Amino acid sequence: MTDASRGADAPPELVQLLTPEGERVEHPDYDIDLTPEEVRSLYRDLVLVRRVDLEAVALQRHGELGIWASLLGQEAAQIGSGRALTDADMAFPTYREHGVAWCRGVDPVKLLGLFRGVNHGGWDPAEHNFHLYTIVIGSQNLHAVGYAMGIQRDGTNSAAIVYFGDGASSQGDVNESFVWASVFNAPIVFFCQNNQWAISEPIEKQSRIPLYRRAAGFGFPGIRVDGNDVFACLAVTRKALEDARSGQGPTLIEAFTYRMGAHTTTDDPTRYRVASELEAWKLKDPIERVKSYLFKNELADQAFFDSIDAEAEDLGADLRKRCTEMPDPDPMEIFEHVYALPHSLIEEERKAFAAYLEGFQS
Amino acid sequence: MTILTLSKALNEGMRKAMEADPKVLIMGEDVGKLGGVFRVTDGLQKDFGEDRVIDTPLAESGIVGTAIGLALRGYRPVCEIQFDGFVFPAADQIISQLAKMHMRSLGAIKLPVVVRIPCGGGIGAVEHHSESPEAYFTHTAGLRVVACSNPADAYSMIQQAIQSDDPVIFFEPKRRYWEKADVDTSSTDWWTPLHEARVVRPGADATLVAYGPMVKTCLEAATAAEEDGRSLEVVDLRSLNPLDTGRLFDSVRRTGRVVIVHEAPVFGGYGAELAARITENCFYHLESPVLRVGGFSTPYPPSKLEEHYLPDLDRILDAVDRTFAY
Ligand SMILES: Cc1ncc(C[n+]2csc(CCOP(=O)(O)OP(=O)(O)O)c2C)c(N)n1
Ligand SMILES: [Mg+2]
Repeated sequence: MTDASRGADAPPELVQLLTPEGERVEHPDYDIDLTPEEVRSLYRDLVLVRRVDLEAVALQRHGELGIWASLLGQEAAQIGSGRALTDADMAFPTYREHGVAWCRGVDPVKLLGLFRGVNHGGWDPAEHNFHLYTIVIGSQNLHAVGYAMGIQRDGTNSAAIVYFGDGASSQGDVNESFVWASVFNAPIVFFCQNNQWAISEPIEKQSRIPLYRRAAGFGFPGIRVDGNDVFACLAVTRKALEDARSGQGPTLIEAFTYRMGAHTTTDDPTRYRVASELEAWKLKDPIERVKSYLFKNELADQAFFDSIDAEAEDLGADLRKRCTEMPDPDPMEIFEHVYALPHSLIEEERKAFAAYLEGFQS
Repeated sequence: MTILTLSKALNEGMRKAMEADPKVLIMGEDVGKLGGVFRVTDGLQKDFGEDRVIDTPLAESGIVGTAIGLALRGYRPVCEIQFDGFVFPAADQIISQLAKMHMRSLGAIKLPVVVRIPCGGGIGAVEHHSESPEAYFTHTAGLRVVACSNPADAYSMIQQAIQSDDPVIFFEPKRRYWEKADVDTSSTDWWTPLHEARVVRPGADATLVAYGPMVKTCLEAATAAEEDGRSLEVVDLRSLNPLDTGRLFDSVRRTGRVVIVHEAPVFGGYGAELAARITENCFYHLESPVLRVGGFSTPYPPSKLEEHYLPDLDRILDAVDRTFAY
């Protein structure tokens, strides 16, 4: 296999419902019945989150954000899985799940706070059933399993889903989360976006077998889905969530996709990967195939696509405006929310620092 | 003499160590083709091969744990932890294993493992990328803990750390990676022993004690104080464990006033140990209580607030003023 085609050939076990050319294909275990309206709405989400992402990259270039982790190329994995969730389900993201955040109703401007350096999170996880971004690789897997164990005890008809990367699959926490989920039969879906890279390290540095096959060793099903196929991601995640809710325990979903951009805006992928690899994956673009499908089946006309593009432009402009208008935090906020209960040391330092700052005014 | 950035000085130091001893290995996340996120290992894999410069799976416990195994087998691994905030998954391997195996084997086992950790803030990063976790490690018996502050020390100290038969936690001041200085790579005559402190600026009226990223800040503060007619001495500790108490106490006894500066929170920080030792040993030479300047007892704040959190000239000079107010 040449370097350029590494990973780009769809392996036989991949669940796919929509080809890169926009053809619907059947799968014996998974099917999905979408109304034209639903397909258009998936398309809209895909386009809008790509626009949010593009805008954030531009904002970083203009010095408005310190850094940004782009989701470019992973829109279908995120929208497909995100749209499979019900309001009652709980999602645990990494730092790249801007598309899932969108599906959970998190205002995109709230995602920027962390990257602009005005806060460490910025939204209330319970409000959207979307946990805070987690930067320490793999930690959130255990939180998600614990949360799922809580769901199990409460007996509610819901499940948890946790997002993590191919690199994260090596972490102890992630492997422990598989053990816990299996032993306790927790209602959880492990959604691994294998985007082929962990910064500069290709997937071969993490695993000798396809990641989804690891699930078997832990005692639950694993499945590989075309991560650039929003239909398949939706169908597979829906099924896994239903299994979780109905007491059948965890599923590992490996969404086979590609990180089309740099790891973050500070990364330089030319140091470690060849351009032809990206070119090969561009042919599998997650948005183009839905567009072709809509076109070919006359489910949408040019006016529809134009209106989505216009909406995306407005969204981008609005995000840009609200990002640049985000006020810098007050220095005294350093002392806020360190503890839930009053704390004498914090109060002492808060007072001392306030007096110190005042000294500059006089 | 060659002009090197601190990052490049570490790189050259590791290169020398690898040339001198085929048992020296580099291991960590993205240390190969990428050369590490700070390019400290740039070009080493190209020149020494994938067997000696190892891109590891993404797991810090794995990195340090397998480094211990390689050391048991006679290798001298140099582990890179990508950022300070990501050393904690390796805490068990470092604190419970790496630090204690020598003693448990009654001295039979030696673990020459270096754990390199870029540390400190000031680069506008997101959370977990700006921490100063040194006190966790200085508190752990069995670990040697050092912090370089400038390119020449970076170059020599990394080689000395690799030569050490004890494990060394090696802190690198990430906001100083790009600062340049002359480094003599042709001889070792100028090297200071690894665990020796250094007076980097002599002065008479008060001593500023620092290590790693804060040394430069203290030097700037001393320059500023000079304009106010105050002569501040700056001591770069270089080694946190063991501590060169001789040079530290000597400075304190001459000046009688001390301000300790580090980025880590003051409460329970490394400065507390320094203050206690100075008070115990130099009590009758002190003109005022030992003061500390450092981070607050809060998580490291979002980057828009880090300038308020980090000690700067004003906060250091404010503390200096207070030592004179007694
Ligand atoms: C514990 C820990 N170690 C190292 C890092 C630095 N780091 C950030 S992202 C990353 C690669 C993650 O790769 P993957 O899990 O595949 O997710 P992706 O970034 O590709 O979405 C690394 C090593 C970290 N954030 N946390
Ligand atoms: Mg990845």
